[in-house]
Amino acid sequence: MDIIVEGIKQAFILLFTLDPEVIGITWLSLKVSGTATLISLFFGVSAGTMVALTQFPGRRIVVSLINTGMGLPPVVVGLFVTIFLWRNGPLGFMEILYTPTAIIIAQAVIATPIVMGISLAAIQNLPANLRLQILALGATRLQMVWILVKEARLPLLAAIMAGFGGVISEVGASIMVGGNIKGYTRVLTTATVMETSKGNFDIAMALGIILLLLAFFINAILTHVQQRERPR
Amino acid sequence: MNPDKTILEAKNLRVRRGGGSVLDISYLGVPEGKVLCLIGPNGAGKSSLLLALSCLLKSSQGEIIFREKRVGSNYTVFDYRRNLAMVFQEPLLFDTTVFENVAAGLKIRSAPQVEVKRVVEEYLERFGIGHLAGRSARKLSGGEAQRTSLARAFAIRPEIIFLDEPFSSLDPPTRESLMGDLESILRETRTTSIMATHDQMEALRLSDQIAVMNEGKIIQIGPPVEVMNHPVDEFVASFVGTETILTGEVIRRNAGTFSVSVAGRVIEAVGYASPGEYVILCIRPENVTVSTGSSKDITSARNVFSCLVKRIIPSGAFYKVELDCGFPLVTYVTNHAREDLFMHEGMDLTASFKATAIHVIRKKLLPGPG
Repeated sequence: MDIIVEGIKQAFILLFTLDPEVIGITWLSLKVSGTATLISLFFGVSAGTMVALTQFPGRRIVVSLINTGMGLPPVVVGLFVTIFLWRNGPLGFMEILYTPTAIIIAQAVIATPIVMGISLAAIQNLPANLRLQILALGATRLQMVWILVKEARLPLLAAIMAGFGGVISEVGASIMVGGNIKGYTRVLTTATVMETSKGNFDIAMALGIILLLLAFFINAILTHVQQRERPR
Repeated sequence: MNPDKTILEAKNLRVRRGGGSVLDISYLGVPEGKVLCLIGPNGAGKSSLLLALSCLLKSSQGEIIFREKRVGSNYTVFDYRRNLAMVFQEPLLFDTTVFENVAAGLKIRSAPQVEVKRVVEEYLERFGIGHLAGRSARKLSGGEAQRTSLARAFAIRPEIIFLDEPFSSLDPPTRESLMGDLESILRETRTTSIMATHDQMEALRLSDQIAVMNEGKIIQIGPPVEVMNHPVDEFVASFVGTETILTGEVIRRNAGTFSVSVAGRVIEAVGYASPGEYVILCIRPENVTVSTGSSKDITSARNVFSCLVKRIIPSGAFYKVELDCGFPLVTYVTNHAREDLFMHEGMDLTASFKATAIHVIRKKLLPGPG
């Protein structure tokens, strides 16, 4: 019990004294996961929308693959990204393994199918004739897609939340491709794992609480936007 | 605008889906500034025809010609669509304000802001929804939403407007008021319109021309009075409200009239048919009158039959009465007339109808079986 109380105390001390290392780790986590989410939004929303709006042979298989991808295990992603970025791997020449860029890539790979799956469902859930209605108003295909994405903005906000939530809390891939290098690739989750294994429960708890608060605030902001937009 | 000019033509238009044909139109010409109503039962191909004419549904064959330009060649589908507007059964409004919804088509065309404001305000007023401009489209009633949808379509000032059963999801009073407004806007703007409906009263009220559809084909097209009174076959007759459709054999030819034997009774009709020929007699319920007792002397009608009242069915403002005269006959009576005649099921009446009130379809002249 003492460990928990001491841990919470220590956590708040670290938080309120703005410990430079903790702040650095937090900022890096935000930057890495935020960038990965943005990348996943670009690819996920466009690919999800495209699959939702087109008919092609094997479409069902593609949709099943996207849905499976929503539950992609981070360690598997970590493994493959590591292999690709390994010195002798196909992308080894880029020399980005064990850099924040590598973590961004791995996290984007994890978040993209999540965003894609939710976007696909969101666009498919719009009324079937809405597409025809937009085209009948004289829209180009691009204008039509843009209007549809705007119409699906509320579920798309959920896609952002799910994507960001998935990667900010992910640890396996970040440790494998980032290497948890102090002051360089150490993020909240990898630091928590390391401090716990070292028995530094107070610091681990402080990091854990920061992670929770971060996830909470980001989601609170997005939820606020979503609920404000929602028709009453 | 030239009212005699054909603005839109479809030639050999065919749409196939799942191996079957859903639309097969050999020719359709739409006159400029007129209202064409497509009527027919569910699944007759009305919506498919609207979608195919607006190039929103890919046709497997055929051509669409707008103002003498063939759509799809040098004149692209996109260019063609910019002259059209479409209103569906569901309002399909965007998740924004009423104003922004009505402005959508103009904004898509990058119209100047001043013009957008002017035109949107004009059409909001025309459709009586000016006071709702700032309201979220999600908070509208069914009627308000459909008004917004219509205003959005008219705001782009289309050359042709396609209306796919725009009133069918509305309650009767809302439908009535919206139909009145649409009617006056259509007459005022002289916008060429093609409207699908399964309600013949709606079609009668709004249209200059009616096309009756069944199984993807246009069975008959013409002015409403023509289609109502001179249906080309039994299907059209039953669809446009001809309650009594009888088949009989011509037994005698007189000067300008002929006698038909139907279930052992003889009916006199006007026209030409030869003895031995089979004909279909169509009698609209409003052309049948009933009275009590033997009334040969009080009517000039050639066809007078004693009959039995089989059923009296309340149908809104009037009663539908099914009679048995040896052959089935249907008439409509008002509540007042029903009370005057002390009408009840099982009573004897005299039914009469004029020889000129019968529309005759000569069976051997009909294409195909039947």
